[in-house]
Amino acid sequence: MAASIVRKCSTCFSIGRQLISLYPMSRRLQTSSSNNEYLADIVISGGGMVGAAMACALGHEELLKHKRVILLEAAPKREFKLPETFSNRTCTLSLATIKLLNSFGAWEEIQKMRCHPVHRMQVWDSCSNSLITFNQEEMTQELAFVAENDVILEGITRRLDAVKDNVEVWYKTKGKQYIIPGGDSSEDNSWITIHLDNGKKIKTKLLIGADGFKSTVRDASKLHFVTWDYKQTAVVATLCVSETENTVAWQRFLPTGPIAMLPLSRSVSNLIWTTTPENAKYLLQVEEERFVDAVNDAFWHDRDMNSVAVNVGNFLTNISNNLMQGDTSTRQLPPTVTGIQAGSRASFPLGLTHSSNYVRSRVALIGDAAHRCHPLAGQGVNLGFGDVTCLRDVLTKAVYDGSDLGSLSYLVDYETQRQRKVLPVIGTIDFLQRLYNTNFTPIVLLRSVGLQATNTLTFLKERIIKEATA
Amino acid sequence: MAAVKLVSRRCMIGSIRKGLANAIQNNTANILHHFEWKNTNAVLTTKSQIYRCLSTISAERPVVRTTIDEEELRKFVLLSQQWWDEQGEFEALHALNRLRIPFVRDGLLNQRGIPPLDITQPLAGFSVLDVGSGGGLLAEPLARLGAHVVGIDAVGENIKIAHIHLQQDTMIAGKVKYIEATAEDMVVTEEEKFDAVVVSEVAEHVTDLSHFIESCCRLVKPGGSIFITTLNKTQAAYFLGVLMAERVLHLVPAGTHDWNKFIPPVDLQYLLDKNGFVTRLVHGMFYNFLGKKWSWIQNTSINYAVHAVKIDSTKSQTSERKFKNDSIST
Repeated sequence: MAASIVRKCSTCFSIGRQLISLYPMSRRLQTSSSNNEYLADIVISGGGMVGAAMACALGHEELLKHKRVILLEAAPKREFKLPETFSNRTCTLSLATIKLLNSFGAWEEIQKMRCHPVHRMQVWDSCSNSLITFNQEEMTQELAFVAENDVILEGITRRLDAVKDNVEVWYKTKGKQYIIPGGDSSEDNSWITIHLDNGKKIKTKLLIGADGFKSTVRDASKLHFVTWDYKQTAVVATLCVSETENTVAWQRFLPTGPIAMLPLSRSVSNLIWTTTPENAKYLLQVEEERFVDAVNDAFWHDRDMNSVAVNVGNFLTNISNNLMQGDTSTRQLPPTVTGIQAGSRASFPLGLTHSSNYVRSRVALIGDAAHRCHPLAGQGVNLGFGDVTCLRDVLTKAVYDGSDLGSLSYLVDYETQRQRKVLPVIGTIDFLQRLYNTNFTPIVLLRSVGLQATNTLTFLKERIIKEATA
Repeated sequence: MAAVKLVSRRCMIGSIRKGLANAIQNNTANILHHFEWKNTNAVLTTKSQIYRCLSTISAERPVVRTTIDEEELRKFVLLSQQWWDEQGEFEALHALNRLRIPFVRDGLLNQRGIPPLDITQPLAGFSVLDVGSGGGLLAEPLARLGAHVVGIDAVGENIKIAHIHLQQDTMIAGKVKYIEATAEDMVVTEEEKFDAVVVSEVAEHVTDLSHFIESCCRLVKPGGSIFITTLNKTQAAYFLGVLMAERVLHLVPAGTHDWNKFIPPVDLQYLLDKNGFVTRLVHGMFYNFLGKKWSWIQNTSINYAVHAVKIDSTKSQTSERKFKNDSIST
């Protein structure tokens, strides 16, 4: 008797719950206590800059306001307080990225903390006198901004708090197993099940993988990818420089890899020095004074100069100076490094990873999970933010067309649009990396002439700026 | 309280079914099913998937458990997966959603004239009848946009298939009803009940088109809309719609289409006009089978879509004339 009553009650309860879940506006936690199962519309795996921006962009989109988005982040929630010293991990944010950050108010938050404009970029070769400079007209407009990764993430996190109702951030949580229906074919159209490391379970219509270049979402989705190691290591550090304005980004190609200095404030710059693993090991170990000397030497020394390339270069410069008057792209000298912020040196290996497909039914990859490239052009994170913009727009359209969020038909649009943009960029970057990773005379000669020519052809340069910023 | 609601809903459906059963006996006209059903390439599924579906069904509708046996359910789960495989047999139909959903959505919104209150539910308040609902490919997206959708199909199997898939998405499960019926059956109880009737890729399978269109038209409220997508009766349609699509490229199963039943737009417009409708839009559609994408084109010689609006006789004569003039320009 008692047992039957209990059974009836539980039936009523389950019917009631079903009806609640039928109610479309219901934003309550849909969970059945017995098996710890949650339902979501979109789950984003990985709460780095790109993953958090994705969650934020979706959360602030009017058409998606009734969708339940869950962001999984392995790290605990941090209480961020802007430190006096600068972090050694920074990004160069393009104007397109800033537009995205602006769309959900994160840019304002970043500006409230700190970021620094770049008005001009100068890139030059250590084997010849060839150089190229980029700047907007009259140097009044910014080409890009440099901001610390921590600051960018904090800016985005603050704006995530504004959409708490539909975007939940689950800290200290990681997907342990992703069950993606369909296997190799897409026959089975049911939802994705994610088993979390804390024993909970989420069923979702769409899984977005923003979990970096070793993406587990990509592996679970059985998406094919190509990858290679550059056998180079990037050394980063925070430098003190003797500069008055400090709004120029500097990059010099050495045969061992490019060395770059990005302005962080009037007197502080960030160093990204790509070099051989052995040299990197040495640079991390030496005393700080010796390190500063090494950096200055890398920007200034003439040891790699190739006499043929220098002569040809000078000859071409004379011609172009005679042909074109009032050239603004004159050579500037980089600032002298005066010191290094104590303990700011670090290093990481470099490689290229590209997933042949960014999507499959109910799965999309963004950021480094889809593509990782050499940092020589500072494009990595901007490509990731570009993914966010594109995927947000595609999903918004899917929702306005009443489509299932995981519908491949719309996700393929995202893949097509992004691969058209990403492939040329990482192809070019990989090409440049190879082109400048040598001191073989014919190659040096060719690249010097090429760089010089590009620098002279204003329309080509404007095109490059447009591509890199828009 | 909640349980009472559920029961009353079931009773309502039950009474409709009873009415239909009577109607079916006198009714000779029948809609043929979208596509000839082929079960030859059924794909095996894992046990866990079936159990998952089983548990969903029993949880959603406890009464159903006794009437569907496990073997049958397994079959329908497989069929449902075939219907909903975006790259499978019904790929072209899935792709067509990217034209026909905006077509219905924008048609209804323009007809109403005022922007939706909640942009996420633009079709809230509209009741839509999907004639020949098949696996529910059209019904589910329309429900996601806020519409209350009734899907009817003459093939009982399709109703079960569509219902199984619908249960996956609890957000819309309450907004769609699937009924095994023909348009002619529906007229008995549901005359002038729907804001919109959608007849997508169905009209070209019907034996008595005139009677079928008449029935569909009678279901629309005065001032409501009918949306039709179908194939034109031209040589181009025969070449691409039958020869290429069925025999050469195998986009759809052979025998799906009978050219003799294809309909010239003028004939369709004439039928709609006869039933008190004003045609607002006739637009061509083209399927790029390489890119697997549909696009709108001017030319209506292969596939085309029609939107017509039922004249509301309660409104004044002048506004109606003005309305007619508007529609000519489109």
